[in-house]
Amino acid sequence: MSRIELRVNGRNVEVEADGRTLLTHALRDHLRLTGTHIGCDTSQCGSCTVHVDGKAVKSCTILAVQAAGCDILTIEGLASGRELHPMQAAFNDFHGLQCGFCTPGMIMMAIDIVNRHGRPDEATVRAELEGNLCRCTGYHNIIKAVCAGAERMGEMA
Amino acid sequence: MNETVANGKFGQSVKRVEDARLITGRGRFVDDLVFPGQTYAAFVRSPYAHATIAGIDLASAQDMPGVIRILTGRELADAGLPPLPSGWNLSSIDGTPARVGLHHALAVDAIRFVGEPVALVIAETRDQARDAADTVLVEYQELPTVVDLAAAIADDAPQLHDGIAQNRAFEWEIGSSAAVEAAFAGATRRVTLSLRNNRLIPNAIEPRAINVQWSAFDEAMTIYLTHQNPIGMRGFFAIMLGLPSENNLRVVSPDVGGGFGSKAPAYAEEFAVAFAAKMLDRPVKWTAERSESFLTDAHGRDHLTTAELAMDDNGRFLGLRVHTLANLGAYISTSNALVVSYMYATMLSGQYAIPAIHARVEGVYTNTCPVDAYRGAGRPEAAYLIERLANLAAREIGVDQAEIRRRNFIREFPYQTPLIYCYDSGDYEGCLDAALGLADYAGFEARKAESQARGKLRGIGLSAYVEACGIGPSKLLASLGGGGAMWESCEIRVQPGGSIEVLTGAHNHGQGHQTVYAQIVSERFGVPMDSINVVQGDTDRIQAGTGTYGSRASVGLSAAVHSCDKIVAKGRAIVAHMLEVNLADVVFADGIYSSAASNRTVAFVEMAQAAHGAASFPTDQIEPGLVATSFFDPPNFTYPAGVHVCEVEIDPETGVVEVVAFNAADDFGNVANPLIVEGQVHGGVTQGIAQALWENAIYDPDNAQLMTASYMDYGMPRADSLPEFGLCFWPSPTPVNPLGMKGCGEAGAIGAPPAVINAVCDALGVDHVDMPASPEKIWQLCRAREVS
Amino acid sequence: MYDLGYSRPATLAKALELLQQDDLAQLVSGGQTLMPVLRARLAAPSQLVDIARLDDLRQICTIGAGIEIGAGMTHAEVAASPVVRAHLPALAALAGGIGDAQIRHRGTIGGSIANNDPAACYPSAVLALGARVQTNLRMLDAEAFFAGMFATALEPGEIVTAVHFPACAVACYLKFRNPASRFALVGVFAARLASDEHRIAIIGGGNGVFRWHEAERHLDRGAGVDGLDTVPLDLANFTGDIHGSADYRRHVAKVITRRALTQMA
Repeated sequence: MSRIELRVNGRNVEVEADGRTLLTHALRDHLRLTGTHIGCDTSQCGSCTVHVDGKAVKSCTILAVQAAGCDILTIEGLASGRELHPMQAAFNDFHGLQCGFCTPGMIMMAIDIVNRHGRPDEATVRAELEGNLCRCTGYHNIIKAVCAGAERMGEMA
Repeated sequence: MNETVANGKFGQSVKRVEDARLITGRGRFVDDLVFPGQTYAAFVRSPYAHATIAGIDLASAQDMPGVIRILTGRELADAGLPPLPSGWNLSSIDGTPARVGLHHALAVDAIRFVGEPVALVIAETRDQARDAADTVLVEYQELPTVVDLAAAIADDAPQLHDGIAQNRAFEWEIGSSAAVEAAFAGATRRVTLSLRNNRLIPNAIEPRAINVQWSAFDEAMTIYLTHQNPIGMRGFFAIMLGLPSENNLRVVSPDVGGGFGSKAPAYAEEFAVAFAAKMLDRPVKWTAERSESFLTDAHGRDHLTTAELAMDDNGRFLGLRVHTLANLGAYISTSNALVVSYMYATMLSGQYAIPAIHARVEGVYTNTCPVDAYRGAGRPEAAYLIERLANLAAREIGVDQAEIRRRNFIREFPYQTPLIYCYDSGDYEGCLDAALGLADYAGFEARKAESQARGKLRGIGLSAYVEACGIGPSKLLASLGGGGAMWESCEIRVQPGGSIEVLTGAHNHGQGHQTVYAQIVSERFGVPMDSINVVQGDTDRIQAGTGTYGSRASVGLSAAVHSCDKIVAKGRAIVAHMLEVNLADVVFADGIYSSAASNRTVAFVEMAQAAHGAASFPTDQIEPGLVATSFFDPPNFTYPAGVHVCEVEIDPETGVVEVVAFNAADDFGNVANPLIVEGQVHGGVTQGIAQALWENAIYDPDNAQLMTASYMDYGMPRADSLPEFGLCFWPSPTPVNPLGMKGCGEAGAIGAPPAVINAVCDALGVDHVDMPASPEKIWQLCRAREVS
Repeated sequence: MYDLGYSRPATLAKALELLQQDDLAQLVSGGQTLMPVLRARLAAPSQLVDIARLDDLRQICTIGAGIEIGAGMTHAEVAASPVVRAHLPALAALAGGIGDAQIRHRGTIGGSIANNDPAACYPSAVLALGARVQTNLRMLDAEAFFAGMFATALEPGEIVTAVHFPACAVACYLKFRNPASRFALVGVFAARLASDEHRIAIIGGGNGVFRWHEAERHLDRGAGVDGLDTVPLDLANFTGDIHGSADYRRHVAKVITRRALTQMA
């Protein structure tokens, strides 16, 4: 067991966990932040995407100890109170989710895309979502939501 | 984009109300739940596809840290867990019942597919359970395996189940073989086709999960289960677990992360976990890892079919003869006997007036994961076959693929096919024209020339599908071998303050039920959407239900309409007393009761208050309170139909097929929420394109190992592999239910595969390509084309 | 995964010491290949020695006409580096196409070449460009570094610290993706070196990165790109699987080599 210090959604937290504990399990099991989901065991589906020091990573492919001292942002940290992050709102407006299981990872990835590309075109969004699987939407409305979310984030910046 | 409206309205693109929790990470899925005293389960799974179990050594595993109990199949059977139940009784042509191979929750003596669970480890943590499962020593005696359908029915094939020769579970037929013989005798032209409908792995992104609490004192169990039919599962579990009655069991499905059919069966692992919780008297949780999902979630499709279509010289279809070998996998999964028979072969008439049809289906066991319903469930297999045949017919007659369809379309409704179904309504040619317009069919040759100039081959493919949804008339289904009970219920409770609860036994796993039910009730009562709470997936709250599958939302929504009608009618009676007018003079519109005989009006909420107050009407004539329950059993199926048009571009040097355009005109009858329905089509079309181009479950023919057991080897559709879709609706409302809705969830997965393959064949100028049209396969065809 | 220890030494020397003390210790940098292996319980190291944040491994700079990339630089950092984009745009493009965006944020060039997955992209650039691999002990030529699939010349306790890429005239990397995994089914790094010599390095064949010498000689003779189809490419370099036969992979290698050269022209 080791004691791991993390900063999650702006709060300093400590997790007491096995060395093998993945960041995703630390978030879900130890911190009860269950919005970060696990959809595969081969680092392919992207449901577990969170930001570590401002960059989207798959939280199933990094040990919690590797993230010690890092600033971690999860889906739970996006909205302020009842006010949604513009990307969250865009997913609602454009019906960018159906079952909602891949959605937290999609939204975290979408924000990362905007952080790096500003206002990406459709082709860029499609290419950048290569690491996120959705089985419900055919991606069609996710693409629309990300483009619209990017516009809104740009307007707010 | 429509803004959320305070009052819902049927037919509007209302934004989904369930999104708020899901986009903020506050959804609640089964794996999110942890109970006091929680334990965790892990399965020991067979690395072999066919073997006998010679021994299981638990000694070292039992001493591992955190291990509470390890259970074997023998122990569970001895403790009283029976083999898995069958959901459908199918009879063979000779009248004998299907030969069912017993399926134990944990293998007792023999293994019949790779990944089959052999033992169950319960430990204090997930990792401890996994660690211990890895150290359980099982001694297997390997047996020869069989994967291939044709090989499985050979005399010398390895036999999976005692007493089931040649692995044949049943031989079933539908239609008249005599009529078909006569049709072929009178036909001048015919086309024949042999094809494989590739095996698919459903891949809902949320893996299967269960968390079971047991209270020994009052023999009460609560099962949290990610499932499409939690209410229906209560009966299965109560029987399997030997509980005194269904009242001893509560099943809850919270948010469900996709299903596509794969969360409808009753699974071995879930029964084992529930039984273990009862033995241990502690909560037990199991969440599948994706690798386990690949190996054990019921797979889809996997047909080997030969078919012949007889025509006259003008290409009019006269007769259709079909023979299908259906791969059942190692056992018959819950609904699969239905899926491969009545869900499949009844659809072989397609959109066409074919006077004589006969189909024979043989269900065959192989050393593979059991197969069951997967998005479309039998109907995609039928549509793929008939739509491929239609294009072969067009080639044979020398007419355009649209023209061959026009010549054969059913034009008058209702239309009784030779295969049970009576199509209720439709406008197939109107739909075709709409789709061709959307796809700019007329401009295809110019686009093809442009592609050619860039060294690419371009093809266009049509498919005109019809399916049977809104399952279904209970009596009819019972007569075909089911247990009936294909209605859906809806209870509406109006509280004194005017807030409304809508309880339904349908269960959302992405379809947006919370929104659509609220839309309909909001419109009918003239009250705001946010005063309505839709409750699903908890047997303690919902009295009865049959779940969500087979595009049957219309059944539950019809029950909601009937409950709304009952409430509104009761309100009229109450208001007649409040206004002191005749009942016949009370009208209700836009949330207001009024009467020409009075100046006063009563809002719906006031009426609700009065209903509970019970002071303004005689309670010996009108009962207080405001609750209505309805069960809707549809008089017929609904028959959604549509035309999908796919355009592909092929790189002849590499064989890569790119879908460059996909357009669809669909008849879903009336559409409750276009935003949601379009989303359903996007998802379905994507799964259909993926079946045609990438997805393929491959078992090693030598040892029946699953070679596509992860996302590294199973080709999932991704955002960058698809074009933007063009959709339109071409509704012919159905008379079968009060909303005129037909269903939309599976349409894309049914219409897309033949459209894609027809486009690929068009581009290459070949008769047929089996799915998936993988790069190497297409490259070989391009090479052959160059040579010729 | 099996339980394991973890340490994040502050210096390379300390990391080496940890490795020396424990035969079962395993280096981890980005971990984007290692972590799935551990999750599948295909390896059971006693501990992970994390070198991802060592400053010594985290720089990109020019060295003469070439560039040096620290082993700990992520694919995303290499792809975005103004230095790499200016000097070796093909290498930046390659890095920007590895895995997916999340993986590029963690995976490193040092980890990629030390692992030498036959489907990994980086080894093709290292071999084609005649790069040299700097370790804590020595400098290795690319030809000497790669030793077949998942094998390198690295000795126990030896750590890749940087890769030196010499300048080149022009280069292009093209990858034909496996439709399932999105790894390279075949990848080709084509380059015309500063010396005007051509280099073609191919990955995805299954046996590790290799050069297509016949094509290089063909091009160095001044023969045209179109004639490449008839230049021999030994089938023994390729193995087949469910995603493509050896024959198909060889064919695709030829096609994308031609396309890469056409893009370079």
